[in-house]
Amino acid sequence: MNENEIKQLELKSKHVRRLIIDEIGKLGVGHIGGCLSPVEALVVLYYKVMNIDPKNPDMEGRDRFVLSKGHAGPALYAVLADKGYFDISMLDTLNRPETNLPSHCDMLKTRGIDMTTGSLGQGISCAVGMAKASKILKDNAYIYCMIGDGESQEGQVWEAAMAAAHFKLDNLIAFTDYNKLQIDGTVDEVMSLLNVEEKWKAFGWNVYSVDGHDINEIYNALLKSKETKGKPSMIILNTIKGKGVSFIENMGAGNHNTKISNEQRIAALKELE
Amino acid sequence: MYENVEVRQVFCNTLDKMMSENPKIVVLDADLAKANGTLSLRNKYADRAFDMGVAEQNMAGVAAGMAAYGFIPFIGSFTAFAARRICDQIAISITYAKRNVKIIGSDPGVSAELNGGTHMSMEDIGVLRSIPGIVIFEAADAVELEKALYQIVSYDGPVYIRLFRKVAPVIYNENYDFNLFKADVLKEGKDVTLLASGIMVNEALKACEILKEEGIMAEVINVHTIKPLDKETILNSVRKTGAVVTCENHNVIGGLKSAVAELLIEECPVYLKSVGVLDHFGEVAPMDYLMKKYNMTPENIVSAAKEAIKKGR
Repeated sequence: MNENEIKQLELKSKHVRRLIIDEIGKLGVGHIGGCLSPVEALVVLYYKVMNIDPKNPDMEGRDRFVLSKGHAGPALYAVLADKGYFDISMLDTLNRPETNLPSHCDMLKTRGIDMTTGSLGQGISCAVGMAKASKILKDNAYIYCMIGDGESQEGQVWEAAMAAAHFKLDNLIAFTDYNKLQIDGTVDEVMSLLNVEEKWKAFGWNVYSVDGHDINEIYNALLKSKETKGKPSMIILNTIKGKGVSFIENMGAGNHNTKISNEQRIAALKELE
Repeated sequence: MYENVEVRQVFCNTLDKMMSENPKIVVLDADLAKANGTLSLRNKYADRAFDMGVAEQNMAGVAAGMAAYGFIPFIGSFTAFAARRICDQIAISITYAKRNVKIIGSDPGVSAELNGGTHMSMEDIGVLRSIPGIVIFEAADAVELEKALYQIVSYDGPVYIRLFRKVAPVIYNENYDFNLFKADVLKEGKDVTLLASGIMVNEALKACEILKEEGIMAEVINVHTIKPLDKETILNSVRKTGAVVTCENHNVIGGLKSAVAELLIEECPVYLKSVGVLDHFGEVAPMDYLMKKYNMTPENIVSAAKEAIKKGR
């Protein structure tokens, strides 16, 4: 990727963060920390890598994305709205009664959402199923998935990890949003993943560990993952929970699901100018 | 037609037939393909019949993902693991997401026999019945299963199939006009309604014969689909007889009795007696031994019927 393109995607990431802040901030509460940490990965996927068409969200043979950490739905909604899957004004309906943008991803409600998620550990299994389906149909699609680090404590994640390697699903590329924080504290305090890279390698995956806020590092890891044959890939995104807004970053584990006042929303938008 | 044929053999043959006609059908097992009779499908459909290992949660999620891709997955395990263990995956990835997955729970209730209490799921229907939108079906014999499978594949949505996999007494012949959403009146009668499902249908038919000798005319209805319940057929019968006995191979909490009681208490309150597992776990023993021990015999149904009639007077 050239310098200019990197710059454009960095600006896009900033724009998406502003949309997220507005979306959750106008509501006054939400999963703000875990929505801000994976932004660069979402931007690289949706603006550079994925074979998708916002005008035809059900296009056959398209690439798919399963946000297994479904509580980051508002981050994905911001991207989908900006891509034109639905009107940008819909972001203001987040979590209001009768909305099509619920706190956790719902494929039946939101245009562009490929899988319903929210009960942690389940989405990655669904992504394995999609990758397996794609292999049967030979449609050459790539299936992308993002799990959380806290989510990685779910046993189902490792059942899915085993199956993806067993079926040699090289069309499956997953991310771990490794922001090292979860609801009750740091991941290490709550239930350490120890060496998460080695864990995924031991499960037979091709593994990269990158700066999750570096567009170029994410992109290069994705390119290498797509070229890898015979095994699925895991890209560990070393991220900061609440990235981009200092007072949210400073809340630490407290930023998982938190209130945000109108003054805080305005201050955050200012910081993201 | 299926005298002395194991139900799982008919299950496998029917899947084979359907898979040859419908490339969307896939079959996933969790290291119980041998037990459930589906192992041989892998010889013919190497890419569409495969093992997920002893990992039922992931199997359910993979099935949901494949369904999101347009496939019609069948996933199978024993009832204890196909329902109780993966209740949340069935609720969220499959049913909340409206994915077209068919879940096979084999060895229901006492039919788990020597696998005993850990594998003898008495609560699978109860666990799943309160999940909105799932269909729950249990065949009375192999013919009914075969006919049901075609309709289940045609139906777009999650279905839980309780599968008795051994040799079942023959109840139906090939002319049976099966409707997945319509309970089947097997015997008409005016004195008491016997509502039965699965292996208890045959026991209810035997009870009907005993009652007949005593001049009591029982109506026997096979409630093969416990959810959604065919209210019309049940109410028509109960309005006529004024007395009802439910017969199920399941805990009397949460299963057929509960479903019927929920209906009758609102629409047609009558005395209801039940035959089934009285809120306890299972244990190792042959099926006939357990059915006697748990009071699930035709004689128990006869007593319950007489009591329901007496109380109703």
